[in-house]
Order: sequence, then C-alpha cells, then structure tokens
Amino acid sequence: MIVLRNITRALVLLIGMASAVLAGPYEDALPNFANDSYAETEAAIGAVAVSGNPLSIDVVEALRDGRLLVGAGQVFVRRTSGELVNAATGQVWGDQTGELKPVRVNNRVRRAVEAALGSLTLLSSDATKRLEAARAVFRSRDETALPTLEKAIAQEGQSRVRNVLESARAAILLSKQDALPMQRLSAVETLRNRGDQEALALLSNLPSNATSEVVAAAGKAADGIRARLAFWEAVQNVWYGISLGSVLLLAAIGLAITFGTMGVINMAHGEMVMLGAYTTFMVQEFIRSQAPSLFGGSLLIALPLAFLVAGSVGVLLERTVIRFLYGRSLETLLATWGISLILQQSVRTIFGPTNREVSTPAWMNGALDVGATSLTYNRIAIVVFAFAVFAILLLVLRYTSLGLYVRAVTQNRRMAGSMGIRTSRIDALAFGLGSGVAGIAGVALSQIDNVSPNLGQGYIIDSFMVVVFGGVGNLWGTLVGAMTLGIANKLLEPYAGAVLGKIVLLIAIIVFIQRRPRGLFALKGRAVEA
Amino acid sequence: MRTQSLFDRQTIIVLSLLAASAILVPAMNGLTSPESALHLSDHLVPLLGKYVCFALLALSVDLIWGFCGILSLGHGAFFALGGYAMGMYLMRQIGPRGAYADPVLPDFMVFLNWKELPWFWHGFDWFPFAALMVLLVPGVLAFIFGWFAFRSRVTGVYFSIITQAMTFALMLAFFRNDMGLGGNNGLTDFKEILGFSVQAKSTRIALFVLSVLALAGGYLLCRWVVGSKFGKVLVAVRDAESRTRFLGYCVEHYKLAVFALSAMLAGVAGALYVPQVGIINPSEFAPANSIEVVIWVAVGGRGTLAGAILGALLVNAGKTWFTAVLPEFWLFALGSLFVFVTLFMSRGVLGAVRDLWEHSNQKVRARRSPQPISHAAE
Repeated sequence: MIVLRNITRALVLLIGMASAVLAGPYEDALPNFANDSYAETEAAIGAVAVSGNPLSIDVVEALRDGRLLVGAGQVFVRRTSGELVNAATGQVWGDQTGELKPVRVNNRVRRAVEAALGSLTLLSSDATKRLEAARAVFRSRDETALPTLEKAIAQEGQSRVRNVLESARAAILLSKQDALPMQRLSAVETLRNRGDQEALALLSNLPSNATSEVVAAAGKAADGIRARLAFWEAVQNVWYGISLGSVLLLAAIGLAITFGTMGVINMAHGEMVMLGAYTTFMVQEFIRSQAPSLFGGSLLIALPLAFLVAGSVGVLLERTVIRFLYGRSLETLLATWGISLILQQSVRTIFGPTNREVSTPAWMNGALDVGATSLTYNRIAIVVFAFAVFAILLLVLRYTSLGLYVRAVTQNRRMAGSMGIRTSRIDALAFGLGSGVAGIAGVALSQIDNVSPNLGQGYIIDSFMVVVFGGVGNLWGTLVGAMTLGIANKLLEPYAGAVLGKIVLLIAIIVFIQRRPRGLFALKGRAVEA
Repeated sequence: MRTQSLFDRQTIIVLSLLAASAILVPAMNGLTSPESALHLSDHLVPLLGKYVCFALLALSVDLIWGFCGILSLGHGAFFALGGYAMGMYLMRQIGPRGAYADPVLPDFMVFLNWKELPWFWHGFDWFPFAALMVLLVPGVLAFIFGWFAFRSRVTGVYFSIITQAMTFALMLAFFRNDMGLGGNNGLTDFKEILGFSVQAKSTRIALFVLSVLALAGGYLLCRWVVGSKFGKVLVAVRDAESRTRFLGYCVEHYKLAVFALSAMLAGVAGALYVPQVGIINPSEFAPANSIEVVIWVAVGGRGTLAGAILGALLVNAGKTWFTAVLPEFWLFALGSLFVFVTLFMSRGVLGAVRDLWEHSNQKVRARRSPQPISHAAE
C-alpha cells in the first residue's frame, strides 16, 4: 500500500515537473492538492493564491466548499452547476466522477483557505468584496497577503475600502517579526486612527522584538483608543437611555392625560398598550393572508386601527364603569385593576397564553453606524415615533378646542363646568384619547417586546413612576420624567446591573416623591387641592 | 363621642365563630373516621390555615384602609417579610439534613458555593429571635417608609402607587441570588418547627389552631384600637384629614403608628403562613397579590374588621373552587368582582347584610333604629 502510494507520489512529481516546463507557479502548485497531505495542501493554497492566475480563486473556493476533486494526479473543480472543470486548464471535463475524491481539509487548511481568499479578492472589481477581503486579511494577519495588499492599496479608489486595507497592512506589519521600527510606527498610527476594540487588541499585543519607541507609541495610541471607546460607550448608554425613555414616554403619555384630567388611576392602561400590540398582530396576519404586498406598510396601517380599538375600549370603560366612580379615586383604582384582569384573561382566551409573532418590516432592519457604535433602525424609529406622538399630543392639547376643554377640566373642573363645558363628555373623550395613545404605543412596543397577554403588566409600574415623577397634568413633565428615568436606568446598569439599577431607581423615586409629592412639574394654585 | 364596648355583638359573634372553628376543624380531622360525612381530609387543614392567615392579612389592611383611609398596595410585602423571617428560622432548623448535608449553610448557599453564613442570617436558629424579627422587620420598614411618606404628606393614590413601587422593588431584590435569601426558588424544603415535624398531622393542626388564635387576637387588638380614642382620631383623619390637623392633632404620628402596627400584623400572618404552605418565594411580593388583598377587604366590607375576615375567606374559597373547576375563568370572576364590588357594593357583603338587617328591624321598631355609622366616609 505504502509502496503504491510512493509510486503514485513519484509519478505525480514527475508529471508536475513535466508541466513545470510548460507553465508558471499556478500549474506547479496544483498537483500538490492530490498528495492527500494537509501540509502540502496548505502550501499549494499559498502558491495558488499568489500565482495571479484567474482560475486560482475558483480553486480555493472549491476547496473551501469540498468541490475540489482529485483523481489520477489531475485536479478538478466541480462547479456549483455540476459540471466538472480541469483546474489546470479551465476546460470542461465531462460529467463522470469515477474515482475522483474531494481534497480533505482540516482546520489549518481552512484557515489558509480563508487567508488566501482574503488576499485573492482584495483585487476584485466589486467594492464590497474588496472590503470584505480587507477585513478578512485584517483578522488573519496573513503575511503572505502583504504584496497583494500593497498592490490593492495603490490602486484603491474608495477611501472607505482603502482605510480598511491600510489597517489590514498595519495589522500585518505590527505583528510581522521582521518589520522595521519605522513601518511599525506608521502601523501604530494607522491603528490609532482606526480606534476600535480590535485595534486596541493589536496594540496591546506587540511582538517581543518591538523597540521601546514602538512600545511607547503603541501605549499612547492604546490610551487614546481607550478614551475614545469610553466616550462612545457613554454615548451608547445615553442612546439606550433615550431609547428606553421613548418607550416609557409612549407607555406613560396616555396615562398622563387620563390621570391629569380626571385624577383617575387607570390600572388597565397597560392592557390598552397590549390591545394595540394585538391589533398590530391581527393587521399583520390579515395582510399576510390577503395582501402580502402591503406588508412593508403594516405598521402604518395598524396605527390608526390600534388607536381606534384601544380608544373605543377606553370610551366604553369610561362610560360603563369609571363614570360612576368620580371623586373616589381609590375605588377607581380597584375597578380598573379588575378590568385589567378581565382584559388580560380575554386576550389569553382568544389568542392563547403564548407570545404572538409580530414581524418587523424590512425597512426597520439594519443599523446605522455612528462613530464606534451602531444604532439599530427599529430603535431609531421608536425614538422618532415617540417624539412625534408627543409633539402631536402637545399640539392637540394646545390648539384644538378639545385640547382647550381638556386643559380647562384639568385645571379646575367646577369652573370649566360653570363655563359651559360638558365635563362628562370631555372626560369620556380624554379617556378615549389617552387609551388610544396607549394603543399606538402598543404598535411600537410590539416591535421590541413580546406580544403576550402580560405585555401591559410590564409597563404599568414604570409608567406610573414616570407620571408621578414628572408631575400630573403636564406633558412636558412626562417627557422629562420618561427621559430622566430611561437615561438614569441605562447609566446605572453598567455599574449596578440591570436589576439592582432598577431597584436603586425605584428607591430614588420613592425618596423623590417624599420631597416633591406632586412631581417635578406640579400644577400650582387652587387646582392642587381639588 | 360614643366609645364602643370592646365586646359588642359583632365581636362576640366573630370570636365564637373562630372558637368553633378552632375546635371543630381539629375534631373533624382527627376524631372522625375517613368514611364519615363530617370528616375533613388532611390536605384541607393547611388550606384552611392558609385562609386564616390571609384573613389576618386582610384585617391588617382593613385597619389602615377602613379606619384611616390609607390604601396600601404593598401590604403583601410586609406579609412576605414576616414569612421570610419565619422561613429563615425554618431553614436553619434543617441543619445537616439538607441535600448537601452542610451543618450550617442552607442548601442554596452550598449550591452557590458560599463559604459562610451572611451576617443577617445569624440568630435565626433561635426561635425567640426569629419571632421578634417577624414583628420587627415589617414594623421597622413600615415605620421608615411611613415616616418619610406621611411627613411629606404623600396621600391618596400617590401613596398607593409608591407602596406598589416598594413591593415591586423588594420583589426584584429578592429575586436576586446575591440577596442571600434563596433567589428565585425562595426558602423551602422545611423539616421541623420547634422540634416538631412540619409534615406531621398534629403539627398542622397545631399551626391551624395557632393561626385562628392569632386571628382572634389580631381582631381583638384592632377592635380595641379602633374603639379607643386613638381610633376615633384615625377615623377623623380618614374623613377629613386637613380638619383633623387644624384641630391640633399631629396626623402624621397617628398614621405612622397605625401603619406600623398594621405591618406587624401582616408580618405575623406571613410567619404563620409559611410553615403551613411549606415555601416562601419572591412572587409573594408581586404587586398583584397586594391589590388582591384590598379586594378581599372590599368584598367583605371596608371598615368593619369582621368584613375583612369574611371577605378573605369568601374570595379565597372562591379562588380554590374556581381554579379547580374552571381555571380559565378565575381571572374573569376576580376581575368582575373588583368592578362589581366597587360599583354596587361599596360597603361589602357585611354592609349589605347589615342594611338588610336594619331594614327589617326598622319595620318592626321604626323609632328605635340606630343611625348607620358614618356614610360620609367618602
């Protein structure tokens, strides 16, 4: 067996030598794939990669996918279409697979393949491919890619790609044993400009033979990067805080209206949010089965429907239950709690207790890169949406007659009644408005939270905290309250952990309410004692 | 000012009913044969004991809500704290019989790879200390919380909301493993209490009787408090807080005293509850539980004390029945109960019964009918 194998190997070598007379390094390296030795396969990959032959990328890709076949000392590529191609000539060989078997790979070979593909695609005409290749080289720090890299940098037209190419070269130069101090210094400089976690890792793992000058420069650059990263981390935390604040704002703003106008503690408010989320689910189900082309706009369609559903439930609630309990706020609290239990159980009976799938339209996927952080589009959409809802409500309260009446009733119910405002009708409308806004919030929250019967429960305490903290009867108070709580929560999280941060915040609010029992933006004057 | 005698008709009825149950339940469980129609099966004894503990909790809520107008949505927290104090004692009693057989550390600490007992666990192996903590921990928390809240005149729904936030914060805290109180799983797997096996039939009967005695004692205490001059001031605070303050009473002190007393009662209820159900975990802190207690009081009749006991028993019996027969309808029933009672029965079952009673009495003795007490509460 061994004898036979040695004979084959000798034969292959002979053939190889023969073809070497005819052709360049690509053809020389190719037969080495047939030797069934990992080390030789790896060497062959390197040789093929630097050969410059247009077929080389096909060969390496085929090897990666197990489509590189050998038989009788010849190497073949099976195209994805199924046809067999001679790797040396690029000619179609026919369909028979006979005694062909794939070249075996192990992890070392796979790494070599990745590195080779990296340097091979560096010169691709497709900019995204070049970028990807440059990133692959940056990670692999394969020294053999250096000449190709230099060539690619020289002819690169796009600055975005060139930056990555240059940082890849810097990564190689920094870790290469025989690099000159000058080269290393410029590499440090390049990496400092790159300024991310990976650059930091490279700068803190210098090769042992680095000169003290390089070490000092790298240390300084690493400090700079750390400061930059710390800054961006703070920015990211604030962003997460704003994002959480917007969620709280959406959940609490409807509550601020009902609590503000009527002094009614609506414990079923969270369930209005839940109804909005389930409306979104229904709309998406309907669109999926009836008009799939509208799916991108499903959320926009769900918005008015959610407003209507939650709003009419709110009006119904006000007319049938809450109306009879005015002036008895503690009883209202209990009755609305009962309603929230009924709504939860109804939804659980109709839709089942498990989470329902609400999908995100394609335009909300993806993320925006800002500095060293990335902001996901769905979070951005929710922040923008929350502020839009806030602005619209502010305008409604400020410039419409309904808003005027609502404000009048909030400030002095009796006086408003004496002026001819039908306070009970305003109550119903305000309650409907507050509930409707909660429904809208449900559409937004369905994008980031589980749509389950318990959805509302998770928000009710937080929304109350926002309203109580911000002060009743003032939308600006709700905005400030929501943002303060959201940002404080996210800034505390890295130090205290999510749960402890929340506890600290709850205690802070409890203490705050002791200091200012009527919230940050309290109504002043006689209305307070009403 | 008419001071009521401590042993009026209502008190006598309540006490005799409690005494009857304290005698009948053990008798029906222990003395009758299992085939007899009067037999009470073994699993019902701790269940009834649980109801009695809930009744004591409802009593503590009625004391502050019914007589002082303080609606606490966080009384479950005091109940759970009392329960945890008792649970810690029961954990220490397990000793080396735990799954990991550590002589000192409870199983969950061994599991978390802790080397020594946290400082706040010391002393809980001694029953009198644990019993003191059952009273002190809820009492002190209520005192501190109330001191801040009442001093800055946080009233009405604002107070309700921050009590809810308090129990929510405690729930989050107790869910943490680092808290050293069993985290998610809480404290469980108890073996014995004061040397008696927790599982034994006789211990269960003794615990039931003790709970009934505690309820009777709690009832008498509350009755005495609300019948005293102190209690009259509480009612005045409930009905017109500002006016009471202008009359020269230090409203905050009254509220604080009754709030702390009520928290201690809730703590005792929790401490009796834990050995009977065999577990205490952070879900007892859930805000929903505390709100449910309020509805027990509302169903029975707010401001009557006896009504709180009645409401707790009725609602919990209903819950047991519903969850066994029609589990998916329990929340519908409970939710409707909240709405129905607040809309149509603001004085609860006991109030309705009394109205009927007085109505029929009026027909007979139109001239001598007593005036109904304080409709002006709202």
